[in-house]
Order: sequence, then C-alpha cells, then structure tokens
Amino acid sequence: MKQTYLILIKDLQQEFKTRYAINAILLFAIVTLSAVSFAIGTFTAGEQVLSALFWVILFFSSMSGLSHIFIREEETQTADTLKLVARPVHIFLGKFIFNLLLLIALEVVLVPLFIAVMNFQIAGFGVFTLTLFIGNFGLAGGGTMVAAIISKASAKGALFTVLSFPILLPVLISGISATKKAAEQGALSGAQNELQALLAYSVIIITASILLFDYVWNE
Amino acid sequence: MLVKIGKWLLFILFALTITGVFVWAPLREGLGEFTRVIYFHVPAAWMAVLFFLLAAYYSYRYLQTKELLFDAYAQISNEMGILFAVLATATGSIWAKQIWHSYWNWDPRETSIFILLLIYGAYFSLRSALEQEDRRARLSAVYSLLAFVTVPFFVFIVPRIYFSLHPDPVINVQGKVNMEARQRIVFFSSLILQTVFFLWVFNIRRTQVKLKMMIRRYQETQTFKEK
Repeated sequence: MKQTYLILIKDLQQEFKTRYAINAILLFAIVTLSAVSFAIGTFTAGEQVLSALFWVILFFSSMSGLSHIFIREEETQTADTLKLVARPVHIFLGKFIFNLLLLIALEVVLVPLFIAVMNFQIAGFGVFTLTLFIGNFGLAGGGTMVAAIISKASAKGALFTVLSFPILLPVLISGISATKKAAEQGALSGAQNELQALLAYSVIIITASILLFDYVWNE
Repeated sequence: MLVKIGKWLLFILFALTITGVFVWAPLREGLGEFTRVIYFHVPAAWMAVLFFLLAAYYSYRYLQTKELLFDAYAQISNEMGILFAVLATATGSIWAKQIWHSYWNWDPRETSIFILLLIYGAYFSLRSALEQEDRRARLSAVYSLLAFVTVPFFVFIVPRIYFSLHPDPVINVQGKVNMEARQRIVFFSSLILQTVFFLWVFNIRRTQVKLKMMIRRYQETQTFKEK
C-alpha cells in the first residue's frame, strides 16, 4: 500500500511540474467537443446520438492522455530505476490510480461543458454519475495496461488507440447504452444490465492486468 | 498407413458432406437457397474462435516457458484465425444482404466478429511495431491474453443487452438445435470435418515453423563455432 501511494505521489508531482497529460487530455476534449458542436448545433440531436457522442469524446480524449504515464518513464529512462525500487503490482496500481484521477479531472470539466453546449438533458443524474464512475475503472484499467505494452514499441501514439479500442469497446458499448437510459428515465433499474456489465468488465480487466503486468514490466 | 487411411477417409467424407450440402439437405422455409450458407458460415466462425483460443493457449505457454517456438505457434494460430474471421464475416454479410437487406447493421453477432477482426489486426500491428524478438514475443503474448479475457463479454453479455436478429441454431439460451434431422447431420458433419481438416492444415504449418526454427538454431551454432 505504502509503495502504491508513493508511486502515485511521485507521478502526481511529476505531472504538476510539466502538466503534459492533463493539458493534452483537456484540450483534446474541448477541441473535439467544439468540433462536434459546430457540426451538429444545439437542440437537434436526440439522447441516443448525444450519449454516443459523449462517450466518443470521452474515449478519444482519454486515448490522448492515458498512455503518457508509461511513455514518460521510457523517455526519461527512469523505468529501470523504478524496477529496482518497487514491485510490479504496486507500480501498476499507482499508475492506475493516477490515470483514474486524470479521467475524473477530465470528466469534471467535460460533463458540465457537454451538458451546456449540447443541451443534453439528463433525467437520472445519479445513474449517469454511477455509469461514469464504474466506466472510469474499466477505461483506466485497460488503458494503463495497454500503455505499459506500447511504451516499448515504436509509433506509440497511433498504436495506443489501435490496441485499446477492441479491449475497451465493452466499456464504450455499455457506457453509451447506460447513458442513454439515464438520460431518458431516472430509475436505477432501467440501466441495471449495463451497469452490471460495466462492473463485471472492470473487475475482469483490472484482475487480468494485475496478473499479466509482471510479464510486461520485467524483461 | 493409418495416416493414409485417415486422409482418404477424410477426403471421402468431406466430398460426401459437400455433396450433401447441395443435394441432400432440405432447405428451410423462408430462407430458400440461402439456407446452405450455414454449413460453411458457422464452421468458419467456429474456426476463427478456435484459433483465437489456440493463440491464447500458446501465448500462455510462451509466458510460462519463454520458448520462442510457442510464440511462433501463437502467430500462425492468429494468421489462420484472421483468415477464418474474414471468411465468416464475408459469408455472413452476403447472407445478411439477402435476408436482412443490408450488408452490415451492427447486429450483436456482427459486432462480436468485428471485434475479433480488430483484435487480430491490432495483434499484428503490435508485432510489426516491436523489433526485439523476445520483447515482441512477450508483449504480443500479453496482449493476446488480455484480449482473450474480453471476448467472453462479447459472446455472452452483449447479446443479452441488445436484441439480436441473428438465427441461433447452436448457441441459444435453451441449448437446443432447431434443425431437421438431415440438416443436422450435414451441419454437424461439416463442422466436425472442417475442424479436423483445418487442424491438420494447422499442424502442417506448425511443423514447417518448427523446422525453420531448428534450421535457424543450427546455423546460429555453426556461425558461433566458426568464430
């Protein structure tokens, strides 16, 4: 636990120095949101389209920032030192929590903006928040693991999206469906299937990542 | 001798099955001639999943043993898998055009085969981006297993959330086969024979890869001795 916490604090401090990931992810979200808003305009799109657009923006913005956590270690050549000071599980968990915080920061900015710009009316805000909360675990879990894989490869940026997409698609599919139901009706029981699927997926992907991370990290 | 008999048996049975598909098996009402695609489409989809499983198995073995041969096996499993995934997608899509009047409409089953194709594509693009041999083997094995973990989700959970139009003679909730007796015979013999046949093809390919690896290792030791 202590090691996980220390890794997280170290990454947070490094992030505060450069502010690379948070800038990239927020600006990407704002740019995409404005592009979508220009193209569609207010008052025209229904819940189905809006919830799909919301997840597409969320997904691709997170794709622009989540991989930075491991690429940074390779670029500054600090990965080997990190191998010496901490165990793989703690490194993974520390970086996973960092990405989780990054996603929450993204959503804190993106959700109010999206609601304001696209005139997205949500009947069940609680269900919507719950969907985002569980979805974050899935996105951050899969994203962190794929980031660790691609940090060793060439052409990192393009590869990250290509590799993440099939793995994270369950989050996208059930997230879109749950958001649509939350927008239509406030009841939790309406989106029960999707939320269960999201939760199951998050648990599975995080467990598999922790089990497999040893093989990625140790050469 | 036994192998030779087996090959002839396979040949004769295969010929009989293919004849049966076009002549003996009755057509289903409402589908007409398009019933016949099931005898090739379902085995192709099944083979795609089977080779995906094999690739995951060999990836697991590679991570356990660090033997490069298993990585090569995983690669050829994925190569065969992508071939069958494309075949299943193409046959299914043509069938959908005739029956549903569109080549593609994101039915849950179409989504799941599409994901399979995407995973195979991502696997090969990851391989091409990694140059060091052991690193490539290790990371692509991890990716293969990670993708393998998410596949049951598409097979079991997504079709439960979304309504599917896809006919399900084998994989349905009741676990029953909705076919006439003669259709069932032809269908299952086609499924079993194709599985045996393509596993045999896979085995030949595996032997080829193994021999290549042996030759390479032999040459490496020779050059090492010369030095």
